[in-house]
Parts: sequence; structure tokens; C-alpha cells
Amino acid sequence: MTSGTTTIEVRRLSPSASTIAIHGDITSGTEPALMDAYVQASDDATRSIVLDFSGLDYMNSGGIGLLVTLLVRVQRQGQHLLAFGLSEHYRQIFELTRLDDAIGIHDTAAAALAAAGA
Amino acid sequence: MTTETGKPSGDSIEATPSEATPSAPTPSAPTKASNWAAPVSRLEVGAVPTAALNLNVAGRRLAGPVQGFGQLWQKTYRVRLTGADVTPQAVIRTWKEHFGDFWPKGNHFYGPLTSLQPGEVALLDLAMPGKMTLSTGVLVIFADDESFAFMTPEGHQFASFITFSSFADGAVPVVQIQALLRASDPLYELSMPIVAQRTEDRFWNDTLQALAAHFGVTDTTVEMQRVCVDRRRQWRYAGNIRQNAAIRTTLHRLTHPRAWFHHRGDA
Repeated sequence: MTSGTTTIEVRRLSPSASTIAIHGDITSGTEPALMDAYVQASDDATRSIVLDFSGLDYMNSGGIGLLVTLLVRVQRQGQHLLAFGLSEHYRQIFELTRLDDAIGIHDTAAAALAAAGA
Repeated sequence: MTTETGKPSGDSIEATPSEATPSAPTPSAPTKASNWAAPVSRLEVGAVPTAALNLNVAGRRLAGPVQGFGQLWQKTYRVRLTGADVTPQAVIRTWKEHFGDFWPKGNHFYGPLTSLQPGEVALLDLAMPGKMTLSTGVLVIFADDESFAFMTPEGHQFASFITFSSFADGAVPVVQIQALLRASDPLYELSMPIVAQRTEDRFWNDTLQALAAHFGVTDTTVEMQRVCVDRRRQWRYAGNIRQNAAIRTTLHRLTHPRAWFHHRGDA
């Protein structure tokens, strides 16, 4: 993968849950790709969206804003947003910005998927 | 207002910075832990300048858009420094060193004497309509060579993230302010369509005009874009009004008139 490039993969885990795996960077510029991924990941039966940050290389303050925008879209559909794979550094950023008030953070994929009921 | 183009490819999507438009500053180097502030449970304030009022900052928690009450807005202000021989990095360096100097008259930013760094708390006195003043603050949550960002404490007018950045559009340096904000409580929300939106727009318009003038660009137009991201109010945060900094500042002014005039006299 080229540095500075973001790849986002969508996986349907069950009728009620999908994972969005982010590889590379999250900045405000990632918005079209992330929102397209959300559209792919979500339908009327989806109750949980799980973000996989295992491949996250870089996130700036614009990326934090983008996650807030995604959170709004997810909540508007009555869904839950969860995450796993955050490094200690990015966990601290979620804590600093208080995104962890609204996004369930889990240590492992298994824990996140269990919380999602997938 | 997109900056990268998403290209569906099976079940994966790629965003490539090389496709970015001018509104998409992209990282030039991997983030370092030192670019971000460490988590804080409650804000701490060091030495308080004589003219500043630490009434609504020390002991407060940070509050971003998730913790705000009102509708969620994304506001973008941008100015092109056409003709200025300056790099985005130099713009940001100057802005971090002289942040409050570009603010409109009557507003005060009590920040570090050198340059804004992640983790630093700045106290603010903001001029409000009716000759009122709002004493509040911000925490610098992020800073690198091309951008820096603030987050607001409980009681501030807005529960927000605000990012200040600069990037090149061809040969032209561009300066941008982007805020993601909710009014913190119902009282602030009531004021949004009446005065708060316009006051905010005028404030950042004037700031960008002053910054552009510093770099010798006087014939400038500030582009503004306001998008309502979420029309819903978060009623579970209506109780934020207990920490409303405008109310607390006004009460302080009424009950401490001598201290107030002392502060203002030194400002």
C-alpha cells in the first residue's frame, strides 16, 4: 500500500452487523470513501457498524471530525457504532476528544463483534 | 466539499490524496504522538494573566460535538493568499505564534507567549452582543506543521472541534478554518439563528482578513460554507446550561464590578 493512501473494506458479518476496515489514513479527505463504505455496509436490517482500525496509519483532527459525521449518520439510522484495533495512541485520542462516549471501543474483533451481536 | 475521490472496487474503496481538491489538506508525514494532546479528565490552568478571567475553564471537562445540545453544523471559512510568497508551513508557524493578534478588536486570547502546542490551555474573552463578554477557553488538541486544532470546555458557547490549516492550491497558499460544532445548551441554541451564527461568521471572516493582510494580501474575499450535519437537538445534554459561561461571566461581572473593571483596565 502506498503511504498516504486509504483503502476501506466492507464486510457483512451477519444480517445485523457489518465491519468497515480502514487501512491507511483518516483525514477530512477520506469522507467520500468512508461514507460510500457506510452506504455499502448499511441496510434496513443493520443494527451495528463495527470500525476496524487495525490498519490505521494516520489520523488528524479532520479525521476526528469525519468520525463525528459518521456517528451522526449511524445514529440517525438507529444503529450503533463500535470500534476495535485502535493502538494505545489512538485510544488516547478517542478519550481526549470524548468520542469514546458514543463509540464503543473494544480490544479485539471478537469482543466488538460480540457486542454487536454478530 | 470533498477532498478525495472514493472509487468503489468490489467491496473496497480507495481514497487517493493525489486526487485531492484544494479543500483537502493531506498529511505530509506520519502522525507523531507529540502532535496530539494527552487525555485530560479536567482542564488545568497554569499562571493566569492579570487581564484574564479563569472562571469557566479550570476543572471543566472538554466537550466536543458529541456532548453538545444543538444542531450540528460544519462551518468552513477559507481565504486564498494570492500573490503571497509564503509556504503553508510558514503560515501555520506565524498563526501559531501570533494567534490572538489576528482576532477582531475587543476579543482577547490569553495563550502561550511562544507558540501553540498540543496540551496547552488558552483563556479567552469574547466580545458578545450588548457589550457583554464571554470568558471561556480552549485546549489545543492537535498541532503539526500544517494545521492545529482546538476543543472547547463545558460551558463554552459551542461544543466543538475547530481546525486551522493551510495548504497550497497550485502556487497559491490557502488558509482554512473548519469548525464542527453544536450549541452547548438550549440558551445558546436559541441565540444561533438570531446572533450567534452571524457573530461567529464575522469573527472568523475578520480573523482571516487580518491574517491575509499580515502576508500582504489586502484584496481578499473569505469564502464561507455552512452545512447542517444533524438537525436534531440532543435533549439529554440540555442540562449543560448549568455551566453556561455567558451566564456565569455576567453574574461574575455583576457581583464583582471592581474586579471586572480592574481586569478590563489591564486588558
